[in-house]
Amino acid sequence: MTEVQQAVVARFDLRLERRRRLGQILAVILFLATVFGLLVLTALLVEVIREGTPWLDWQFLTSYPSRKPEAAGIKSAIVGSFWLMVLTAMFAVPVGVGAAIYLEEYAPRGWFLRLIQLNIANLAGIPSVIYGILGLGLFVRFFALGRSLLAGALTMSLLVLPIIVISTQEALRAVPQGIRESAYALGATRWQVVSSHLLPIAAPGILTGIILALSRAVGETAPLVMIGALTFVAFLPANLLDPFTVLPIQIFNWTARPQEDFRALAAAAIIVLMVFLFLMNLSAILLRNYYERHRPH
Amino acid sequence: MRPKMEVRNLYFWYGDKLALKDISLQILPNEVTAFIGPSGCGKSTLLRCLNRMNELIPNTRLEGTVLLDGRDIYRAMDPVVVRRRVGMVFQKPNPFPKSIYQNVAWGARINGYRGDMDELVERCLRLAALWDEVKDRLHDNAYGLSGGQQQRLCIARALAVEPEVLLMDEPASALDPIATAKLEETILELKKSYTIVIVTHNMHQASRISDTTAFFYMGELIEMNRTDELFTRPREKRTEDYITGRFG
Repeated sequence: MTEVQQAVVARFDLRLERRRRLGQILAVILFLATVFGLLVLTALLVEVIREGTPWLDWQFLTSYPSRKPEAAGIKSAIVGSFWLMVLTAMFAVPVGVGAAIYLEEYAPRGWFLRLIQLNIANLAGIPSVIYGILGLGLFVRFFALGRSLLAGALTMSLLVLPIIVISTQEALRAVPQGIRESAYALGATRWQVVSSHLLPIAAPGILTGIILALSRAVGETAPLVMIGALTFVAFLPANLLDPFTVLPIQIFNWTARPQEDFRALAAAAIIVLMVFLFLMNLSAILLRNYYERHRPH
Repeated sequence: MRPKMEVRNLYFWYGDKLALKDISLQILPNEVTAFIGPSGCGKSTLLRCLNRMNELIPNTRLEGTVLLDGRDIYRAMDPVVVRRRVGMVFQKPNPFPKSIYQNVAWGARINGYRGDMDELVERCLRLAALWDEVKDRLHDNAYGLSGGQQQRLCIARALAVEPEVLLMDEPASALDPIATAKLEETILELKKSYTIVIVTHNMHQASRISDTTAFFYMGELIEMNRTDELFTRPREKRTEDYITGRFG
């Protein structure tokens, strides 16, 4: 050992063996924590798949619910979920993206803006059942829309609005500042900069945010129960003001029945819902990955 | 000779911090004026005051006057008009993620250009000494170009809106020596038709290409003179210290 090395050994109590061993123990603990989470999830999935698959067939997907389990299906629930998602998107996307563009590009910086941002972040964390109460009071009663698809969609739009605003803002923030500056320096107005450059570049991020927001809307039960989505709907909603049901509520309804078979039906419906959510999240991830690779840099 | 642009008693604050103190100077037409000085002296800040780009930064304040052909750009002109007439090329090349053609054409299109766009794009690319290198791939993505080519594309893009003044903020700092040399050649060609103001860290570059040089230090204009005078017979001690490398 050189002199310097000797001096180091003298002044530092390195304890390399001990530190390494501590690190290894911790790595094992962290691994077990991960495995535990995965195991629980897998157990749930396996149970659901085991119970539900025998009931999963074409007849299941195209029949209305019934008192007889063999005849019951999720047709009205699927259609209800689909239309709810489409209508929610129609309300929430323009309002959410518009608000985010204003907040990010137009609003003057200051305490008021910070207040708004804080409020939006808070809204994202409010329990969804509160939105249900709001929807009940505002849309079902005050606007007299009744327990309709329209009221449900408006309520869900409020729920997912903060998610869309925040993710759109993030996507806009990620656009390199140099693009903004060079666009303004060419004598462009603010809207020209936003529409020609910022929105196209931020589009993938915005789209990902929309998909995630909508997948949240599809999976929510409580707010729709509050506004009165029905649990036994043996018809398809013919217009926006008709009553309706959605997959989570149908599942909720079936699990509450005493008969074994209905619980198995619920499991089958859960499979359908999970496949749908999985596909939505997968497309969000693929979209993000694709555009990450092709991003301007 | 009437100055193309004039600055009178300009003060500029970032929040509470005074960045520019009582700046007064003139920019003569069809010349290259260089702003030199150590880091943080305010030369880039002043440059951005000349086309109202500093307004885009929140929490800033400006006092004083900036004139373009005798008109006050802050009080008597629309910022969008000012920025078209006084163009800017930035330090880091930042083309749009579009094709080469669209990069040049966009500025002209949003300003309502009514002439032949193909002709405009070719003319600007020629002026920026880029035409020969890209004429066969105008519709390729601009990101496929090298750094030096991207910077020249940014010049072509700035020229497409037919400005009168071109502001360049350390345009060669991200470029290798060969690309820099080509850029300097281009600037000397461009000054025949445009008025150019260039901020540079590189004093040798300033002495190579500029006609007038202004030396800034800690937010103040210390000295401004014809370039050969300033570099050979500086009047202020601080100027002399800077150009001889005693600090910087």
